[in-house]
Amino acid sequence: MIKLVDIHKSFGKQKVLNGLNLEIEDGKTTVIIGRSGGGKSVLLKHIIGLMRPDSGQVLVDGVDMTKLNDKELNEIRKKFGMLFQEAALFDSMNVGENVAFPLREHAKIKEKEIWEIVADRLRAVGLTGVEEKMPSELSGGMRKRVGLARAIALHPQIVLFDEPTTGLDPIMAEAINQLIIETQQNFNLTCVVISHDIQSIFRIGHKIAMLYEGDIIAYGTSEEIRASDNPVIVQFLAGSIEGPIRIM
Amino acid sequence: MRLLAAIFDSLGKSVLHAVEEMGRIILLFLSVLSWMVRPPWRLRNIFKQMEFVGVRSIFVVVLTGMFTGMVMALQGYHGFRMFSAESMVGSAVALGMTRELGPVLTSLMVTARAGSAMAAELGTMKVTEQIDALYVMAANPVQYLIVPRVIAGVIMVPFLTVISDFVGILGGYFVGVQILNINSGIFIKNITKMVELNDIYNGLIKAACFGLILSLVGCYKGFNTSGGAEGVGRATTEAVVLASITILISDYFLTALMF
Ligand SMILES: Nc1ncnc2c1ncn2[C@@H]1O[C@H](COP(=O)(O)OP(=O)(O)O)[C@@H](O)[C@H]1O
Ligand SMILES: [Mg+2]
Repeated sequence: MIKLVDIHKSFGKQKVLNGLNLEIEDGKTTVIIGRSGGGKSVLLKHIIGLMRPDSGQVLVDGVDMTKLNDKELNEIRKKFGMLFQEAALFDSMNVGENVAFPLREHAKIKEKEIWEIVADRLRAVGLTGVEEKMPSELSGGMRKRVGLARAIALHPQIVLFDEPTTGLDPIMAEAINQLIIETQQNFNLTCVVISHDIQSIFRIGHKIAMLYEGDIIAYGTSEEIRASDNPVIVQFLAGSIEGPIRIM
Repeated sequence: MRLLAAIFDSLGKSVLHAVEEMGRIILLFLSVLSWMVRPPWRLRNIFKQMEFVGVRSIFVVVLTGMFTGMVMALQGYHGFRMFSAESMVGSAVALGMTRELGPVLTSLMVTARAGSAMAAELGTMKVTEQIDALYVMAANPVQYLIVPRVIAGVIMVPFLTVISDFVGILGGYFVGVQILNINSGIFIKNITKMVELNDIYNGLIKAACFGLILSLVGCYKGFNTSGGAEGVGRATTEAVVLASITILISDYFLTALMF
């Protein structure tokens, strides 16, 4: 289980996370929603130890990520996979090498097995025979699929998704949502998904958390969130200009 | 008065900034050292960087070295002729190349070619989250990206300097002997009499230091890039400027120590 306790994080004078608390259940998909620039990516980077909080704890299976040194962090990160917002594929490597990267780094297996796993993961995200292509030759949706194949290459327990559907056309977005649902079930993953795509939120989230002004102001199942009368959530879901959320 | 205060204020700030940056680069160097001795050793990355920094810089290094030697012979000839000491041209070119111009010009060319590319490549990786992706996949980016580049810089810049020294002297020989009609035997004898192995060694030690500086600065600037494509451009420029200045300043102190 992932547990965030009283997380504070500022950049200079700008307070991004302000005493945030959140528990993420194992084997479920938790979607974090909130405005652009609201600190969702920052929150995700705290979960995987890419950023350290100014104060507070990040507990992953009871281990406080904020207290670990580089080596211990490296060890615990093997539990994680992450799909970045722009996929973050290594553009000096082709697709196959990208997916093979975590296997080469951490799995002590033969080259032949590596390529079998690579082909298997690519098949799982609906791509075949693209191993030789360079990332720059792929469309946005394909890059994200490859990113997902790379994220699940080592059978992680937890996969973090940073806006997996942003910037995609509705059909591709739906295909990615479907993929997240399938992978979550097939690999029994704990997924944390950041999104502000209302369509996707209710499709994929077992639990939904709303980040607002540096804290989680609502947490619950899709029904609970949909039925919420919290004006912030009502405004966010309706995509309305009127309401407590200030537009800058 | 207010203007004066403002000038001192901004001067103080830039000095503080420079000192802070120097400190961070030294910290990065220590981190590079500590990751260098830990397995896995990424030979493939090291060879790739050695090829990029070294092999693919040979052409520019040959060109600059050759013409520098040639122009030194030409200038030296006109100077030495006033004392009827034309025969000294050979040793002047050889000493100038091995002690000073070989290492400095080579490292400045490699800074422009490879140091800038390091900043641009790492900078792009930073702003597109590829460096975060390395962390996430439990591959330390200092070890994966920076260690191979620094090793390549420290090994290949001296290697290129040897080439530069050699073609520089060759260029000097061509101008001195073929064009200015200095006696070939005297030209060569003067070189062997005046140039000691120490001159060459010290030049190569300098070159290794410069290789360290240009790769470390290039990687540091790339690694600390922010702000999209514009930020990558800024990091690249800053890397070239900072590395060149640092090379020239440290050249003075290394020379003072050595000779
Ligand atoms: N490394 C950083 N340094 C300084 N400010 C940052 C950094 N990362 C994020 N921020 C700031 O934190 C705020 C939240 O960013 P982010 O988490 O990326 O938002 P989003 O919810 O859209 O993912 C933004 O205002 C951003 O400028
Ligand atoms: Mg974001």
